[in-house]
Amino acid sequence: MEAGIQQRPGLVLSPRCPVAQPRGPLGGVMGRAGLPGKLAGTARSARRCQKLFQALLPPWLPGAAAGRTLRLGQHRGAGGASQGRAMLTFMASDSEEEVCDERTSLMSAESPPPRCCQEARQGLEDRESAAQWFQNTRARHRRAHHGGVPWPSPSGFPQRSQDSEEDLDEDADRYMCSGVPGQPSGLEEELTLKYGAKHVIMLFVPVTLCMVVVVATIKSVRFYTEKNGQLIYTPFTEDTPSVGQRLLNSVLNTLIMISVIVAMTIFLVVLYKYRCYKFIHGWLIMSSLMLLFLFTYIYLGEVLKTYNVAMDYPTLFLTVWNFGAVGMVCIHWKGPLVLQQAYLIMISALMALVFIKYLPEWSAWVILGAISVYDLVAVLCPKGPLRMLVETAQERNEPIFPALIYSSAMVWTVGMAKLDPSSQGALQLPYDPEMEEDSYDSFGEPSYPEVFEPPLPGYPGDELEEEEERGVKLGLGDFIFYSVLVGKAAATGSGDWNTTLACFVAILIGLCLTLLLLAVFKKALPALPISITFGLIFYFSTDNLVRPFMDTLASHQLYI
Amino acid sequence: MTAAVFFGCAFIAFGPALALYIFTIATEPLRVIFLIIGAFFWLVSLLFSSLFWFMARTITDNKDGPIQKYLLILGVLVSVLIQEMFRFVYYKLLKKASEGLKTINPDETAPSMRLLAYVSGLGFGIMSGVFAFVNTLSDSLGPGTVGIHGDSPQFFLNSAFMTLVIILLHVFWGIIFFDGCEKKKWSSLLVVLLTHLLVSALTFISPHYGINLVSTYLIMVLMGIWAFFVAGGSCRSLKLCLLCQDKDFLLFNQRSR
Repeated sequence: MEAGIQQRPGLVLSPRCPVAQPRGPLGGVMGRAGLPGKLAGTARSARRCQKLFQALLPPWLPGAAAGRTLRLGQHRGAGGASQGRAMLTFMASDSEEEVCDERTSLMSAESPPPRCCQEARQGLEDRESAAQWFQNTRARHRRAHHGGVPWPSPSGFPQRSQDSEEDLDEDADRYMCSGVPGQPSGLEEELTLKYGAKHVIMLFVPVTLCMVVVVATIKSVRFYTEKNGQLIYTPFTEDTPSVGQRLLNSVLNTLIMISVIVAMTIFLVVLYKYRCYKFIHGWLIMSSLMLLFLFTYIYLGEVLKTYNVAMDYPTLFLTVWNFGAVGMVCIHWKGPLVLQQAYLIMISALMALVFIKYLPEWSAWVILGAISVYDLVAVLCPKGPLRMLVETAQERNEPIFPALIYSSAMVWTVGMAKLDPSSQGALQLPYDPEMEEDSYDSFGEPSYPEVFEPPLPGYPGDELEEEEERGVKLGLGDFIFYSVLVGKAAATGSGDWNTTLACFVAILIGLCLTLLLLAVFKKALPALPISITFGLIFYFSTDNLVRPFMDTLASHQLYI
Repeated sequence: MTAAVFFGCAFIAFGPALALYIFTIATEPLRVIFLIIGAFFWLVSLLFSSLFWFMARTITDNKDGPIQKYLLILGVLVSVLIQEMFRFVYYKLLKKASEGLKTINPDETAPSMRLLAYVSGLGFGIMSGVFAFVNTLSDSLGPGTVGIHGDSPQFFLNSAFMTLVIILLHVFWGIIFFDGCEKKKWSSLLVVLLTHLLVSALTFISPHYGINLVSTYLIMVLMGIWAFFVAGGSCRSLKLCLLCQDKDFLLFNQRSR
């Protein structure tokens, strides 16, 4: 029965009150991770996912690596190594499997969940779920969100703090080892797949929306394609006479930017380790204030200028004030889910527009590549600050500050505690506003939803089943970098829509693949590398190869 | 040109595809994913075709003259071949994925191969149409006069109709192609390839829009009828459907509501 109570939406913490939360999310999640019967199901589903993956694997991939992944369900230790190996092989990373076997490192670092000790070991496997990489992406977002904004803020907000704040979140997210509560055997597999496609679409829609907003702005508002200086994080100019010099400058810019990001991350981890929660919380608030008010004001000003619409200052003040205030409330406290999602998409788009405007061309591409490599390395290697952050958060059983995560679904639960038959109808809570906050927990949530936790043995008469549907969570940094890629393609593609569309499709496919890998490996995976790699490949090849071909065809009116 | 031209041509070219998407694909997430993967496969085939053409041009040192025209024609034909090849590759991938899905999820029915044929054809078609037409569409919003140098003033309309027919043809080709693969009827594959080559070759006589378009539409109608029968339709079922007497369909609709 304890377990039953744990099963309750430990979903978790409300991101809006990150500081004062009870052990909820992490404890809850771990608690959920636990009925022994469910773990077997997990193993079986993992095996079947492996089979699906193998069905799709090209034959030339190391058969050994593929074969070893089958052991995932059976023996965690070896499975971990094989997983790590398979993942490394698949990801073409060149880190040593022994060194970067995050599974073993995660296992050793994890403290067993407080209540389900016997399931702890098996539960670990469950815990590394798809959610983890969502966590990662979140982490990344945070980092990206702050890392690259040397915006000369008139209010003098410490830029660094914002960065570290975001980095903290990102890092925490990245290494989250959220447990997937065990499901009854067989059920989990179905649920995984049944909800897998739905959740891919739940991510496609916001990513598409963000990209559409960015591309529409880039194509219509000329302000964001004009060169008006650079960020202080990219001090080297690209207006050099020779190509070699330009390349060198862009690489240097990238190095500076990435090191700033890494420094922020480490700073955040340090802050988190020393429990400076108020500081971090304050940063989060300051950064969203800046985004929601200052950047919105600038954006609105430029849009009005482009369409030659006059607006007096009182109206402008009222509009921006309302927009910003509602945004702050929605993001940091309570609000309708759709509104919160819309605000998160808007601030990601605004951030991406800032990047597109202030990053010089070559630097932007190199930075995109470098950040996906960094993401890959930071997620897969056990020594990263992000991992430490997550482990620390796990040890303390706390949620990581969830400010910048996009959550896509509502969470509802049916209470399990009451056995009163007369209240059973009432217990079918359609929507518990409290629960909604849980969906924002950035920490410890499996990425794919859990549905159906059957009544526990302690409640034989309980007909109600605890049902939770979690949404998929994706960090805002991923939104931002995807939009930067597509926006840059739109801005510099010489007016060509084909390049933009090709990058868009490539990013969606990368996201799809990442989710598939996630379902197969059940391990923390970064969301950036595959999508950004595909995006970059398609950008350069479409711009240089496909565009001349299609232009020539169009000029002769040939159709292929 | 005007907004009327823009919206008109946009809806002519993409209206049916959008309707097909909204009514048949948008409701099921798995179908959307397969559609996007299909679009991706077409994109990759285009990439390879462009690479081939680019290499051929580099080998001939970019000389102007008739050689460029021949290279272009060759490029188009090779592109058609590569597209059909990627359709086959996509078929193989879907086959493997179906089997994988079945082993994982024996209770829930995975989408049937026919449905996947339709979805993949639509994916190919949408991507092909968009790539062919979207730059022209965006130009139609800007200033200009069509046909000022003696070209046909119906350029936008013709392009829009051509795009539409290409999208629909891809859908039908997808259905026929997959069915041929399933039943190992290689003649179907050959016919699909040949009609695709024929349609592309017809565009070589592009200034004569009339012949070009009309014959392509004829081919589209023929392909459509063939695809209808291949997909399991029959005259009887068509009659029932048109007279709203198809009980299975009505029941199905009721159930899903």
